[in-house]
Amino acid sequence: MAEKILTRNFHLPGSHTLAVYRETGGYAGLETAFATKPADITEEVKKANLRGLGGAGFPTGVKWGFLPKGRPGPIYLVINADEGEPGTFKDRYLLERDPHALIEGMIISGYAIGAHLAFVYVRGEYVQPWRIFSGAVEEAYAAGLLGRNIRGSGFDLDVIVHRGAGAYICGEETGLISSLEGRKGWPKLKPPFPAIRGAFGAPTIVNNVETICHVPHIVRRGAEWFASVGTKTQGGTRLYSLSGHVERPGVYELPVSVTLRELVYEHAGGVPHGRRLKAVVPGGSSAALLTADEIDVTMDVDGLKNAGTMAGSAGVIVMDETVSIPEALMVVARFYAHESCGQCTPCREATGWIYKMARRIVEGKGRKEDLDTILDVARRGAGTTICAFFDGAVGPYISYIEKFRHEFEALIRK
Amino acid sequence: MTPRVEFTPEQLAEVRRLQGLYPDKRAALLPVLQLAQEAFGHISLEAEEYVAGLFDLSPAHVHEVVTFYTLFFREPKGRHVISVCHNLTCHLLGAQQVLAHLTERLGVEVGGTTPDGRVTLLGVECLCACEMAPMLQVDDRYEGHLTREKVDGILEGLR
Repeated sequence: MAEKILTRNFHLPGSHTLAVYRETGGYAGLETAFATKPADITEEVKKANLRGLGGAGFPTGVKWGFLPKGRPGPIYLVINADEGEPGTFKDRYLLERDPHALIEGMIISGYAIGAHLAFVYVRGEYVQPWRIFSGAVEEAYAAGLLGRNIRGSGFDLDVIVHRGAGAYICGEETGLISSLEGRKGWPKLKPPFPAIRGAFGAPTIVNNVETICHVPHIVRRGAEWFASVGTKTQGGTRLYSLSGHVERPGVYELPVSVTLRELVYEHAGGVPHGRRLKAVVPGGSSAALLTADEIDVTMDVDGLKNAGTMAGSAGVIVMDETVSIPEALMVVARFYAHESCGQCTPCREATGWIYKMARRIVEGKGRKEDLDTILDVARRGAGTTICAFFDGAVGPYISYIEKFRHEFEALIRK
Repeated sequence: MTPRVEFTPEQLAEVRRLQGLYPDKRAALLPVLQLAQEAFGHISLEAEEYVAGLFDLSPAHVHEVVTFYTLFFREPKGRHVISVCHNLTCHLLGAQQVLAHLTERLGVEVGGTTPDGRVTLLGVECLCACEMAPMLQVDDRYEGHLTREKVDGILEGLR
């Protein structure tokens, strides 16, 4: 059994409390961190091969390294707890079951990047996770772990817990920043990247909850240890959210070198009712679909990239042989049509029209040219928009049709 | 009866506290709109104008924010809101049957509110609780592994 790092306390009663977190070695990373130069922590995080676990998989230490050096003025740390990628639920578990791990990670990360104010942007629907996390922040303040001169280190950090109001696009880091600033969540053109000009015009680092929860462990146990768990280009474990047609849906923490087959069959118990596997979404709904005979791939960022899909948010949705792929595409297309922020024409128009076409195919009113029109519109739109939202929609549009074209054609011929 | 669109002195103090919390007071707009929705039940055009006044913003700016997010209600909603996830995993595991059962039991279409103002029924995108699919959110609470019986039990608990 692989060692559990982020989920090691999930089973303990009161795992969300400061007392239990401390009893299990929590906040011990602070001492090591405060005895280290901030720039050296960034170096450690780089060497650890920690990659962003929200969806993009960008190397965390490299992101931190983009901050301008020696410029006066504030730097902000923003935690992306706007979990929204269909098929993903691991940040909810972290917020509810180990909120102090995130707070410790924020203190160390804030110290490393020179931020004295951090925001945690929690999706609006997450009421319970927000309450539990806010309670943990209060506890941390009362214990002198947040605020001024944390543990006599001379380092100050304040935390503001901010609630979203329902919009998938606010999980995109520049959309999140717009929303945090009190605007609609429209993404911004990059460059400038948030590390140069982010929240309130100041250099800002936006990191996912799970990413930051790893930081104390890297500091305490070293970059080499972390890098050794995982693959050559991505260190550590990751929380895989398994759902759909599996015996045991849930969160599984495993080294990123685990294969999709192991996840589905060994960990989640395989497909129920003796049915056959048809397809798997490996990294949240924006990841291209894999067929049943494409699941011998490792679940790290590069492993899935090489398989023509992506690790994304590690949300694994399993579909058995009874699933209609055209219907699944209709459901996914409705999501992208609903959540497109409407800023860029290719995305706003294509997501709406593709949903309409997918829907009429399912309703038996599809036209012969619909499939090629969807593929054409998807390919032409990819890469033409401000953010990666439409590129994410293109993953399912193209893969569902290309890998199961016969199912679509059968519905159109009817 | 529509409540008067005006915060109490205590609520106004909370608005000022929120505005002072952020590097720019406009960042308090979402929290203040959340407060307004709690206080007034929904965010009417009148409420948008009132909140705009508290931020020295044009009502149009507040309107574009309110209309962007799904959790802001521009019309009166029921005393309880049931949001059924209809995204992929929940769809695979029976979200359509859950919605059909609820529309039948409540006698309203998705998006509607019962005539007695008890429940507003919505179909929503992924609530990120796929491990308990099919699932729904009732007010602040997530409920999963839904069956007809479980849904009936949830409805019975709503006054």
